[in-house]
Amino acid sequence: MDLFEYQAKDLFAAHGVAVTPGRVATTADEAREIATEIGGAVVVKAQVKTGGRGKAGGVKLADDAGDAATKAGAILGMDIKGHTVHRVLVTQASDIAEEYYFSFLLDRSNRTFLAMASREGGMEIEQIAVEKPEALAKIPIDAIIGVDAAKAREIAVAAGYPAEVLDQAADIIVKLWDVFVGEDATLVEVNPLVKTPEGKVIALDGKVTLDDNAGFRHADHAELVDRAAADPLEARAKEAGLNYVKLEGEVGIIGNGAGLVMSTLDVVAYAGESFGGVRPANFLDIGGGASADVMAAGLGVILSDPSVRSVFVNVFGGITACDAVANGIVAAFAKLHDAGKQISVPLVVRLDGNRAAEGRAILSEAALPGVEQNDTMDGAAQRAAELAGR
Amino acid sequence: MAIFLDRNSRVIVQGITGSEGSKHTRRMLAAGTNIVGGTNPRKAGTTLDFDGASLPVFGSIADAMAQTGADVVVAFVPPAGAKAGMLEAVDAGIDLAVVITEGIPVHDSTAAWAYNVSRGNKTRIIGPNCPGIASPGQSNAGIIPADITKPGRIGLVSKSGTLTYQMMFELRDIGFSTCVGIGGDPVVGTTHIDCLKAFQDDPDTDAIVMIGEIGGDAEERAAAFIEANVTKPVVGYVAGFTAPEGKTMGHAGAIVSGSSGTAQAKKEALEKVGVQVGKTPSETARLMREVMRSL
Repeated sequence: MDLFEYQAKDLFAAHGVAVTPGRVATTADEAREIATEIGGAVVVKAQVKTGGRGKAGGVKLADDAGDAATKAGAILGMDIKGHTVHRVLVTQASDIAEEYYFSFLLDRSNRTFLAMASREGGMEIEQIAVEKPEALAKIPIDAIIGVDAAKAREIAVAAGYPAEVLDQAADIIVKLWDVFVGEDATLVEVNPLVKTPEGKVIALDGKVTLDDNAGFRHADHAELVDRAAADPLEARAKEAGLNYVKLEGEVGIIGNGAGLVMSTLDVVAYAGESFGGVRPANFLDIGGGASADVMAAGLGVILSDPSVRSVFVNVFGGITACDAVANGIVAAFAKLHDAGKQISVPLVVRLDGNRAAEGRAILSEAALPGVEQNDTMDGAAQRAAELAGR
Repeated sequence: MAIFLDRNSRVIVQGITGSEGSKHTRRMLAAGTNIVGGTNPRKAGTTLDFDGASLPVFGSIADAMAQTGADVVVAFVPPAGAKAGMLEAVDAGIDLAVVITEGIPVHDSTAAWAYNVSRGNKTRIIGPNCPGIASPGQSNAGIIPADITKPGRIGLVSKSGTLTYQMMFELRDIGFSTCVGIGGDPVVGTTHIDCLKAFQDDPDTDAIVMIGEIGGDAEERAAAFIEANVTKPVVGYVAGFTAPEGKTMGHAGAIVSGSSGTAQAKKEALEKVGVQVGKTPSETARLMREVMRSL
């Protein structure tokens, strides 16, 4: 889960990292109140989970509270790379003498953690890596030993931070490591980390990605989820415990296993090229088991998507038995029927593997309206695309 | 022969008394795996009955190894206990630890990996979040269905469980030496490269199917390894061409970040080194069928 800047900075502050005072506002009036509290000049910053806010006009300096309200009014509702701005962070304006870059991240390739630091800050890290690669220090962190004061200083020196800020920077680096480990983050980025004209080092921006798998030991992370921004179908699927991602196409997809479902999306997209460019409408992995309840919940979500014109149920029975899946489909139809829901789009079902013959026989016998079977994944994808392309 | 697991492997099950652990112990026994016991510190000294097979429960992996000569552990433990389980396996110095558990925090798996490296990398860890490893006709450690394929001379390495099964099933008439599901997490103990190297060295493997998916750069690195080190034919498949940027697709590691980790880049990297990449799983199976016919 990616966090908003204000959420990242709240975590920073909770771990003792120096940030500028500020709060988040959802209206111009709130922005005015916060600016009044802070006093003096403030910065109004669009809260969106994408880069390039400054260039898009989503970050503005305001001279006073009235100006903050005006600037907030202009930024709220703005579209930045497809993200609508619903919140702005109003924070004390800070004079900047120098800008640096710092991050901790998971280095998948080397199966370790990495500190990246540079005396060049403010621009995107990709740009720093291309334009000033010699100025970007990359230091592997031993996941067992972690980052103590000495390691932090080593990183700060390697980054080329000026001598006069080394102590402060090392202190912040240790605290950012606390954030990284303590919050189960996979990314903690401060860009820019700045030195003020008074010589104080503060985190002027913050970007944090949290590991969803670690939610069980961070009950407080649940409230960081941006429910308003979630797609309503995704939100509903999540409530039902389904692994669902909304996409832009017309063919609803249900399958078992993340890899097989990803593959199913691809095969449907290829097949769709011959039928007016229809595409998969979603990712939905029902996992092992595929009980009637899960199947009914999954079909329920997919059929509530108005863009869905056909559904492809693609199951390979490994541990899962195909007859259980077939019974799940039959029961799901009964459940949806009992709930007064019409199943108005055709379903193409492909069952293969463990007890496929038994599963196919159950579906043939049930003769559910609009349900047809196909023996192969490619053939079924073709048929589902054809039905959606009509 | 086979890689990592064969008929001589002596397997114990960590979490044998849990519902998943006992269910899959039964399946593994039915597949012919030589299971010599299990572990659960609270039930040490007891015996479990699995359809007539009587299995002892030990307090630790080290105890089980000392008393049974076990060299493989399959872990069915909840995410919160998985790191401790992996550290225990490393401390015991067991040859192979297969970690089935899904949903382990990546800080835990990264720390466990670092610990293993710091102890000389003596334990091969497969997973986490994987279906395990099967050498058909010899042994099966994990949750891969044993009876959907037969022994043969194809090696298979895959990030995905169901795509592994699909491929095993499509090529069931030719058969497999070993099938390894390495798992879909961002940090795993055994990589595509580890398996490619082992298959290249395995006299009973003639050709290799490699299945990848979006996220990270494991496939690109595997391509570079193939170019330099693999002379056996390799057929590839990559899932996730239609995955949108920034969305996790089921597996914790399956995410395109910015322009990195795309299926297209992985496919191109593999094709550049002469690996034939199928457009669909079925086409991939067809390509492998042709390769085996031509050998």
